[in-house]
Amino acid sequence: MAVEIQIRDQVVQAYLSGEIDHHSAVQLRQQIDESVLQADARQLILDFAMVTFMDSSGIGLVMGRFRLMQENEGTVLLRNLPAPIRKVMKLAGLDKLAEFI
Amino acid sequence: MKASNTMRLCFDSRSANESFARTAVAAFLCTLDPTVEELTDVKTAVSEAVTNCIVHGYREKIDKVYITANIYSDNRVVIKIRDKGCGIADVKKAMEPLFTTAPEEERAGLGFAVMESLMDKVKVFSQPDKGTTVTLEKRIVSKGEEYVHNSRD
Repeated sequence: MAVEIQIRDQVVQAYLSGEIDHHSAVQLRQQIDESVLQADARQLILDFAMVTFMDSSGIGLVMGRFRLMQENEGTVLLRNLPAPIRKVMKLAGLDKLAEFI
Repeated sequence: MKASNTMRLCFDSRSANESFARTAVAAFLCTLDPTVEELTDVKTAVSEAVTNCIVHGYREKIDKVYITANIYSDNRVVIKIRDKGCGIADVKKAMEPLFTTAPEEERAGLGFAVMESLMDKVKVFSQPDKGTTVTLEKRIVSKGEEYVHNSRD
């Protein structure tokens, strides 16, 4: 699991790749949160185009980032969700919480 | 019904092994020629069960996780994931969506909900301080069978 982060103005774009599970979520969380704080971000975009697997640990990760951004009155966008990832997100009702683009 | 194929795994309850466990079970099922979606569903359900052993059963202590998988002639696969950890006092409560005993770790409390959505059957047997066994069952509709049905239309 790797993440490539781009920061511009107060928008953080996190390009996730590989597998998101309990093991990889720890490091992902740290890297994303550091960037969000550093940028004082108002928008966090999580790009899933290169994600090959995700279980509900990924759901916890997204929900936690959603809560973090809410504290800053910011938003979370979920982008380029592959079909299996979208399926797990919908199971959790995340399509009602964060915007899918 | 006797299993036509069986495998057993035993590994350390380390989070680094979550990927290994789901990939190993998926590899074992390849003899049934599953679709990509079926394989992903099984991998995800196994990942949830193994994560539960590590996070909740053993509370991140290192012990053993045991997986057995049986394939039957009707293309059913039955996977048992077992730990010897702290067990679950109230299984019904534990299986409620969003219930978690580890909210501070950003656990969504959806492990069982995901397993139940993706598998045909999920059974949980647990005794406090003695461990938990989760049994996942799914019938794989193999690609070969699908082709025969479609070509008859």
